[in-house]
Amino acid sequence: MTDIVHPSLILLGGALLLPFIRGPLRKPYLLLVPLLTLFDVVSLSGQNGIFGVYQFMDWQLVFGRIDRLSTIFALIMSLVGVIGTLYGLHVDRAGEHMAAWSYLAGALGVIYCADYLSLFLFWELMAFASVFLIWFRRTKKSLSAGYRYILVHAVGGVILLAGIMLRYQAVGNISFGLLDVHHPQLYTWLILTGFCLNAAVVPLHAWLPDAYSHASFNGAVFLCAVTTKTAIYTLARAFPGMDVLVILGVVMTLWGMIYTIMENDIRKLLAWSIVSQVGYMVAGVGIGTELAINGAAAHAVAHILYKSLLFMGTGSVLYMTGTTKLTELGGLYKKMPATMIFTIIGCQSISAAPFFAAYVSKPMIITAGYEAHLVWASWLLMFGATGTFIYNGLKLPYFLFFSENKCSNQTWKRAADPPWNMMFAMLIGSTLCMAVGSFPTLLYRFLPYPVDFNPYTMYQFLETSQLLGLAAVAFFLLKKYTVPEAKITLSMDWFYRMGGRVFMWLVRHPVQWVDSAWGEAYRVVGLRSLMTTAGFWSWFDRAAIDGVVDGFARLVRGLGGRLRLLQSGQVQVSIYFAAALSALLLLAYVLSGLY
Amino acid sequence: MIKCIDWIIKHQRAVRLTWYVFLAGIALLSLMVDKSHAHTWAEKHIPFFWSIYGFVAAAAAIGIARWYGHSGIQCREDYYDD
Repeated sequence: MTDIVHPSLILLGGALLLPFIRGPLRKPYLLLVPLLTLFDVVSLSGQNGIFGVYQFMDWQLVFGRIDRLSTIFALIMSLVGVIGTLYGLHVDRAGEHMAAWSYLAGALGVIYCADYLSLFLFWELMAFASVFLIWFRRTKKSLSAGYRYILVHAVGGVILLAGIMLRYQAVGNISFGLLDVHHPQLYTWLILTGFCLNAAVVPLHAWLPDAYSHASFNGAVFLCAVTTKTAIYTLARAFPGMDVLVILGVVMTLWGMIYTIMENDIRKLLAWSIVSQVGYMVAGVGIGTELAINGAAAHAVAHILYKSLLFMGTGSVLYMTGTTKLTELGGLYKKMPATMIFTIIGCQSISAAPFFAAYVSKPMIITAGYEAHLVWASWLLMFGATGTFIYNGLKLPYFLFFSENKCSNQTWKRAADPPWNMMFAMLIGSTLCMAVGSFPTLLYRFLPYPVDFNPYTMYQFLETSQLLGLAAVAFFLLKKYTVPEAKITLSMDWFYRMGGRVFMWLVRHPVQWVDSAWGEAYRVVGLRSLMTTAGFWSWFDRAAIDGVVDGFARLVRGLGGRLRLLQSGQVQVSIYFAAALSALLLLAYVLSGLY
Repeated sequence: MIKCIDWIIKHQRAVRLTWYVFLAGIALLSLMVDKSHAHTWAEKHIPFFWSIYGFVAAAAAIGIARWYGHSGIQCREDYYDD
């Protein structure tokens, strides 16, 4: 940007310097960079307009569109940067923090940009950086889940890019803004699909529970907040009022709810509930009125607050006990009382209980549905809200903290409240959840449109209290049907996981057979003539070429020896070097175009 | 905190009774509240509408999840490990 500092630059610069900051300076530095980013975003929130415009070949790149919609999303993303980094402050592997900051930098880049080219680059930065938050769990399953995650996002990225290119061909510019949702073209659908994949819209959602449940304990705090909500921002920017999103949002809400009730792994349960909660936001964008967009933005903020808190609570359980399965936990209130309180605050916040975060955001979307005469949608969203209370308000805390103790001796021995920085991050999250829920104007003043909505009417209060109160009665009466089972649930990822197996079978059997047959034919037919020819070339080589080539070979061997030092054998490291080289080439190209 | 929870677990009947009294109070209040903010006919005319909705919706959510899970969607944990 020309006259303001882009917050992504602070995060990326901070990430690049991080490996060199060691010893006692490391922790203050870890706090400083996200705090500086937050202050930068807060200072930008006073601005309004277009900044950081660059001409690149035929295209105009806009890195800084600052208005009320981008500001509220940027504020909450940068706040997550502070909370998430504080939570993982004791993690001394620089790579984890670098990945998280680069991921946030990508999200802030998407939120502030106003052209599809920079949007696409930041979009891919998010995918590329976030996969490391999964791999850093360093288990075999997280490695596979990470590869599935990056492959799915690569496909989504290609679909988005195809939409961007077709749109450029049709309209002749790359500006990112409101699309004509009432007369959608092929490119509209492709861009929508790209955004929807990141928003985990059913049926493009299976990557989310698969990947997030295998992420590192602190990486999940960033993951749960960033990708889906950035996608909601892009949908709110480009697709408000697109009818199909109402249907997709309601389906997400209910689909996620059913899977969450079945789930045994606490972090996968929360991941499924992201699908369900993001459904409210997608439906809000689909309704498209000012109240609905306000509701979607407010729910995105509330969701990031309570979901990061919940992932911090369950992350603490994982970090301290080493397991996340309800069938191997239970009765933890005796060993982790503070974690229990913070987690329950998160649980009540997601359930939209009065005085907790989602109480001030979820009813906005549901009311907007009524006002737009979409009574069926609002009632189904209320159904989803009841289910949310069942799985998150009751099932999760009950089977984790209060029910029969199913911990092994080792798990029970290890269980305790986590280190101070994790507790402090959860305290901040809990305070914010209750502050936003109790004093809604704290949130409403940042919403994109003026707010004429009061969740604290007696009618709304009684409606919610009755709904949740009787849902609790139903839960305790039917509790035996919700007892977690040591099983996994099959979802849409079955298709590509099994598709992958079919591909591997094809490679191992018919393709390998053809390869063997070809090798045999070559040996019988081609080898004799080849040997004769080779005899001649061997003579020629010895007589003429060797002298020239030997010198060159020595040079190559020297270079090879140096390159070998860069090769650790890990694919991730190779990807890192390849991407870094690509980024350098791209930068050189951009600079050569600018000057 | 731990003692407080131990006390609740020990006196579950009393806690349950308090909860039912609270719910009855809320439900009675809902008959008297101004319903001008209600959006649908059912909310305005069916007494205890949201209590009924909450109970039925919760029971349905649990029932559907149970049926769906046991119809083959829930599998052994090493399903993908073969």
